[in-house]
Amino acid sequence: MAEGKTMTLNMGPHHPATHGVLRIVLELDGETIVSAEPRIGYLHRGIEKIAESRNYQQVIPLTDRLDYASASANNMGYCVTVEKLMGIEVPKRAQYLRVIMAELSRIMGHHLFLGTHALDIGAMSVVFYAFRDREMIMGINEEISGYRLTPTFFRIGGVAHDTTPAFIQKVRDFVKWFPKGLAGYHTLLTENKIWTTRTMNIGTVSAKDAVNYGFTGPSLRGSGVAYDVRKAHPYSSYDDFDFQIPVGEKGDVYDRYLVRMEEFSQSLKIIDQAIENLPEGPVMVDNPWVSNPALGAVQKDISALIRRFMIQTKGPVAPDQEVYQSVEGAKGELGFYLVGDGSEHPYRLKIRSPSFYLAGALSRLLVGHMMADAVAIIGSIDVVLGEIDR
Amino acid sequence: MSYKNIIQNIQNKFPEAVIKEGQNNGQQEITLALSEFVEAMRILHDNSDLPFDLLLDILSIDRTSRKPRFDLVYILMSTQDFSRLIVRLEAGEGEEVPSVSSIWHSADWAEREVYDLMGITFSGHPDLKRILTWKNFEGHPLCKDFPLEGKDFDKPFDPETIEDYP
Amino acid sequence: MGIENHLQGDTFLVTNLEKVVNWSRSNSVWPCTFGLACCALEMIATTLADYDISRFGSEVFRPSPRQSDLLIVAGTLTKKMSVMVKRIYDQMADPKWVIAMGACASCGGVFQSYSVVQGVDQILPVDVYIPGCPPRPEALLAGLMKIQEKIRTEKLDKYPDFQG
Repeated sequence: MAEGKTMTLNMGPHHPATHGVLRIVLELDGETIVSAEPRIGYLHRGIEKIAESRNYQQVIPLTDRLDYASASANNMGYCVTVEKLMGIEVPKRAQYLRVIMAELSRIMGHHLFLGTHALDIGAMSVVFYAFRDREMIMGINEEISGYRLTPTFFRIGGVAHDTTPAFIQKVRDFVKWFPKGLAGYHTLLTENKIWTTRTMNIGTVSAKDAVNYGFTGPSLRGSGVAYDVRKAHPYSSYDDFDFQIPVGEKGDVYDRYLVRMEEFSQSLKIIDQAIENLPEGPVMVDNPWVSNPALGAVQKDISALIRRFMIQTKGPVAPDQEVYQSVEGAKGELGFYLVGDGSEHPYRLKIRSPSFYLAGALSRLLVGHMMADAVAIIGSIDVVLGEIDR
Repeated sequence: MSYKNIIQNIQNKFPEAVIKEGQNNGQQEITLALSEFVEAMRILHDNSDLPFDLLLDILSIDRTSRKPRFDLVYILMSTQDFSRLIVRLEAGEGEEVPSVSSIWHSADWAEREVYDLMGITFSGHPDLKRILTWKNFEGHPLCKDFPLEGKDFDKPFDPETIEDYP
Repeated sequence: MGIENHLQGDTFLVTNLEKVVNWSRSNSVWPCTFGLACCALEMIATTLADYDISRFGSEVFRPSPRQSDLLIVAGTLTKKMSVMVKRIYDQMADPKWVIAMGACASCGGVFQSYSVVQGVDQILPVDVYIPGCPPRPEALLAGLMKIQEKIRTEKLDKYPDFQG
């Protein structure tokens, strides 16, 4: 193309490879990307504003719909933040159940990454195998909560109810089966010549740049920074478990892929430890503001009835304080900044979503690459639009 | 204690930059003055003791009745020992806050979001425009005086009224 | 198992054009690849092995609206996105059908806020609503079967460009 003549190409928001409704305005010189401007907000639902008019408990279902590929991890982040603000200590059994659900949802999120990322690059069959195993986790979700995708199993002060024997059995079956499934993914991709050619040395991010862009999670670890909230600031008994943080070297698309593949087995290791060492005891804290009185007591005792009614309609009250707490979501550090004002509604809830900053870096990441590599880079940073736009 | 050194360092260079420092719910927190804000933030980022090189998030809180009206909260992290620091800044209505997007690239979108949802403008930002809502959106939704359902909620919706950046 | 076992020799069948056209249309409804939010993941799950939407002749998801017959609005429709959805619907060739999948697309769901369109029927004519947040894949398949039922009862001269 002649000097100074470039073409503007609009990618998205309705594009199969942008993983939702991300829109990128690309300026192309031939096939090389000269500049890229990501546009977001096509899924802006106003969750932060809606939360200000809800009870603390009513916000939990909204958080499921942030990173809908791995819903339980968002529940974890929100519930841990509210409990920190209110000073509630969750029983050990509930903490372990939360860890199991959060790690299962991390595997679900990485399944979606693997399937769609491979599909974008051209390896079609991987998505069928990834979703076969994802359906198993959805079955576990359904067993414990009734919902396949968005379990909303967490409550403030614990989890909704205790396990069933079928749940334990299903988790054990998954832990037993999944290493075989994982080996299958590796056979399909890891040493595949086409895959390595398409992903190695593409979209390289140095550690310094990744930190400056605000990367967290697998994308930051792919660039060689061993930051994981589960290790750095442990929450919900994560320090009880033995697991490693996989770290990449170069920070290219292939490294980010390898980091996530290793996280599959590390998450599986955590689930295995948690399900085998599941402590006995209650799954809900005994706190008059958050724990429902038993149904038998409600039928006999008027004060228990009133208490149940108050919990259901009003819910717990937070002190006039501010707190920041973050957890390791499937995409990175998922933080909640919560401001209480002494009432039953959050005064302000800010969600620090990892995908927001990952997508914000696309304007730098894509420049200089070929058009065909753009989908590889977008897939490798693994963004979910529900979380970016909130 | 390297964190204390940094605060001392800022106070030596800019005696009026740090208004308050202390612990809030087990979290290190400092309140900075608007006048020498960017310089103080640059020291936090560039110092060799404990560089806060990862800007996790910027958020704003609307304290409707208070003067100044807004709280800006910057959540910083150091990749050296993964410790966090919360930097607070108070800004009045219509007051311009200097942008830190030249220090942290992640501040670029974060500041655009604060501008879009809360209406705080940042001076020196490369491209300050709406990010989550659209071009002809009226008002700033996260302000406390903005109704949750917006205006014309009960009227039929027409997509022709939405105008966006090209 | 098929009809050919019962028809031996030079047999012929009598039917009318409308029935043949509707029968073929209803068994090859090509959806447009159009995921907006959470429901899109259940839509993907429906297309894959466990639920296998190709049993109903709808496995051919087309990214281009020009080649698709069915728009599955899967997820929350925001006001910012509504411009694009309307344009995609207008680009689809007749005959075309719309499924509002999930609570958000049907009525706004839990998101009663300044940026969400309270139901896709405010901007498009919707044929089938599927409840659920998100609906199960079986629910999407049930919705698809409802669309098929509807197609089988359609009149050919409904469309202005019909040359009969």
